[in-house]
Amino acid sequence: MALLNILKRFAWDTQELAKYSLKLFKRLFTRPFYFVETVEQMYYLGVGSLFLVVLTGTFAGQGLALQFSIELADFGSKNYLGRVMMISIVRELGPVLTGLMVAARVAAGITAELGSMKSSEQIDALTAFGVDPIRKLAVPRFWALFVMLPVLTIVCDFVAIVGGYIIAIYIAHISGSAYWTNVIHKLTLGNIIVGIVKPFIYAVVISTISTHMGFSTEGGTKGVGRSTTDSVVACSITILFVNFMFTRLISPLLKGIM
Amino acid sequence: MIRFENVSFRYGASPVLKNVSFHVNPGETVVVFGVSGSGKSTILKLVSGLIRPESGRVIVNGQDMTDASESEWQRIRPKVGFVFQGGALFDSMTVGENVGYYLLEHTDKSLAEIEAVVRETLRFMNLSEDLIDLLPDSLSGGMQRRVAIGRAVAAVDPLIMLYDEPTTGLDPISTKAISEMILKLRDVKKVSSIVVTHEIADAFEVTDHFVVLYDGEIVFDGRGAEMLKCPNPHVCEFLTPFLDSVRALPQA
Repeated sequence: MALLNILKRFAWDTQELAKYSLKLFKRLFTRPFYFVETVEQMYYLGVGSLFLVVLTGTFAGQGLALQFSIELADFGSKNYLGRVMMISIVRELGPVLTGLMVAARVAAGITAELGSMKSSEQIDALTAFGVDPIRKLAVPRFWALFVMLPVLTIVCDFVAIVGGYIIAIYIAHISGSAYWTNVIHKLTLGNIIVGIVKPFIYAVVISTISTHMGFSTEGGTKGVGRSTTDSVVACSITILFVNFMFTRLISPLLKGIM
Repeated sequence: MIRFENVSFRYGASPVLKNVSFHVNPGETVVVFGVSGSGKSTILKLVSGLIRPESGRVIVNGQDMTDASESEWQRIRPKVGFVFQGGALFDSMTVGENVGYYLLEHTDKSLAEIEAVVRETLRFMNLSEDLIDLLPDSLSGGMQRRVAIGRAVAAVDPLIMLYDEPTTGLDPISTKAISEMILKLRDVKKVSSIVVTHEIADAFEVTDHFVVLYDGEIVFDGRGAEMLKCPNPHVCEFLTPFLDSVRALPQA
């Protein structure tokens, strides 16, 4: 019985999210467009997440390089470290890690902000003033993430590969030219497409889920806390699920150019 | 000006309003009483189109808005000022930006023109113009409510004002100031108002037309003197603790 209730609840939430997504997507390309709010959000969501992404990318890249260099040394293939780093970071680790870090920081912020506005009736006040809250609050956040998440992912990829380079030079004792030659060798069109398309999808996931959770917050401050937690969990799980589906379905199609 | 005809509404499975009918004449103020959860705030949300009735008709400014589209509501909303419970001021904006919000959002007025309207509104609300650059958080509860009323009237000259518990939780001086504002808007701008409250003594300061809700149904709709005779056990139960203080008040 409890399982049935959970399934019913999941079906209901999914239906509400789908209905909300439709409303949001319908407003993405129509006026009025809040340009100033969008630029503000690009700064807050994008530039504000830069330091976090740089730190995460650097340490993740170094950790990965350290592990790979030990394993590759067993096969006498240490020089291929750059190639392995390029594939794993650009195709998988960079987009997923950036998506998850931004989801943790940004989704929580968006849901908490909109949830607080909802419980203090500021959303109703906007509507009463003839302003569409989705257009005013959700659309700028959508476009801000849609532009900034791919940029952050490229930054994350870059610093992770540079982090791998530092390990390659000072710990694995691989020549810099061997490392970079292998990195560039795997900088193929297929890998770039896979690595750059994913963050666009994650941006849609994060902005849609986090704004929906914010708008549907109920139950005062306790409700805001619950929505915020749910939002981060839902965004993270959806990103991982979408990542798997993308790798499973799309990557084989690009095999020829990888 | 405002007419409810057999309006019912429910949140999920629980009915909130059951066949509610009443009307507000042009320039009149009606106070809606009722205990928490009796459906008072729902009435205001129906008048402003934030929610739609399940059945019955809602007529605002002579126009049947029951099945109105969002664009029809957009046309009528500038005529309806809504003062939310607690003010609902935009906390990331200054007092000036809050008061001038509608003009910033919907008109081509220059910033200087909007600032002039904001300053005039603050003066009308008996608030200092020095508040213009402050954030709502730095104001007292009473000042926040007055700024919220100012935000509602600065938009355009509203024909209808909706007040959701405007004096709840305020000190006597702030309460008096808010009541004076409601009367001033009625007398100067000739607006029709619905005031939702459970502060009985304050209500008698602003009107003599009362509607009492109990469990989503109207159990009284009439004048103050009739209400004080306790025509209904639910009205009586609601009024009893306050009867002495209310009878001592001058009528509005």
